[in-house]
Amino acid sequence: MYIPMNEMLKHFKQDVPTMANITHKSEQWSPYHDNSGTVLAVGIPGAVIVAGDTRLSNGYNIMSRDATKLSQLTDKCVLATAGQYADFIALRKFLQQRLQLYEFQNEVQASTETVAHLLSRELYSRRFFPYYTFNLLAGLDENNHGFVYGYDAIGSYDKMTYGVQGSGQELVVAVLDNQLKGYNKINKTIPQTREEILDIILDCFSCAAERDIHTGDNVEILIITSAGTERLIKPLRKD
Amino acid sequence: MLKHLYDTDCVTWSPQGKLFQVEYAMEAVKQGSICLGLKSNDFVVLCSLKRQPSELAGYQEKQFKIDDHMAIAIAGLTADARVLCKYMRTECLEYKYTYESHHPVGRLVFKVAEKSQHKTQSGAKRPYGVGLLVAGIDPNGVHLFETCPSGNYYEYKCQAIGSRSQAARTYFESWFHLFEKSTLEQLILHGLSALKKAIMEDEELNERNVEVGILGKNQKFIHLNAQELKDYIVKLETFNANAQIQQE
Repeated sequence: MYIPMNEMLKHFKQDVPTMANITHKSEQWSPYHDNSGTVLAVGIPGAVIVAGDTRLSNGYNIMSRDATKLSQLTDKCVLATAGQYADFIALRKFLQQRLQLYEFQNEVQASTETVAHLLSRELYSRRFFPYYTFNLLAGLDENNHGFVYGYDAIGSYDKMTYGVQGSGQELVVAVLDNQLKGYNKINKTIPQTREEILDIILDCFSCAAERDIHTGDNVEILIITSAGTERLIKPLRKD
Repeated sequence: MLKHLYDTDCVTWSPQGKLFQVEYAMEAVKQGSICLGLKSNDFVVLCSLKRQPSELAGYQEKQFKIDDHMAIAIAGLTADARVLCKYMRTECLEYKYTYESHHPVGRLVFKVAEKSQHKTQSGAKRPYGVGLLVAGIDPNGVHLFETCPSGNYYEYKCQAIGSRSQAARTYFESWFHLFEKSTLEQLILHGLSALKKAIMEDEELNERNVEVGILGKNQKFIHLNAQELKDYIVKLETFNANAQIQQE
């Protein structure tokens, strides 16, 4: 293995503290912690399926095997967040309160599009000390068609048919591109039914749990339709 | 008596120890159309008679949700009621945000009473011209409170306020001992029976002018819809409070 000359010399030179080689490098306190995990959402005509693993980690440690990353904000939309859990809780609280106020003032629940924009503005309001959250807002639009809005930490968002966020993002999104859009697929059969898509989602989480240490324990799935919300929990690898 | 000497503002007492401005404000409540509330061990029901300013107009809503566990029925100046309603809603939202739980009912009624009292001790303000019936459920149980422009508040087993409310209160005095163990349906029928006592001869209860709201330990506040109201008004014909005694 090649070792550069100055690296080698460090082993032989005696460490004399001079102004040149004193480096005070103390670990600075960071307000941000990555509690990791993976979330994904897929929208189809008539329904939207949102899923998130339930593992909460901090570095190499597991804080909880049973922590939800999903939050139902209105009858029609769900917020799924990966990143810092404390910021997720704060963001969720803010949205719940603001949406109840919206309901009082407008006598009707906010549409998914409205909630999407509200979330964007709230994230940008913290442009200079951002929420460390990577969000997906999944919901039914006015025609009961499922869509997913994907966000960055400061509120830039876009309407999509499926989205993934979190530590397993790179692992999973490529699979969804292939399965749901038919990218790089030789046999271009796109799944149409809810059951097929649910199978793909479960497979994606299993795959992510295999390779990503921060994803695992259980996957919590919410299926939103105009008839209501269904909740499923499936086990994942616990290591 | 020489009322007009002592009734100009809230900061003048009468020789008899009355604040006439506050008493006049209570009159505004008595002029509003009737609303009543009654509670059992598990439910609170609010019934109101909605007024229609003219044939062309809609009916004035009298019941407002404050939070999942609390609602109010108003009698008096609707505009003043809107202010109090907004205040109560904001307080509940803030409490929920800070403590992740529902605002205790008595505490919020106390806050409203404090706010109301404030308006009775200033030269530049007037009291709120609205009385509220506050229905709420919290860990301390099922509650029904009345608030006044005077800043007083009282807890009740059942109460009626507004125009011709004495007739409804008389009905309550006869039957309130049954309410505690009543089912939800019986409670609603008692409420509508009391309401019927308070309407004029040429008026009738129908699904347009009646408003019924229910709140329960496992039931968030909801209004009965038009069809449900129609069904209950029909059931009212055959409702017999005596039959309930025989059941027990």
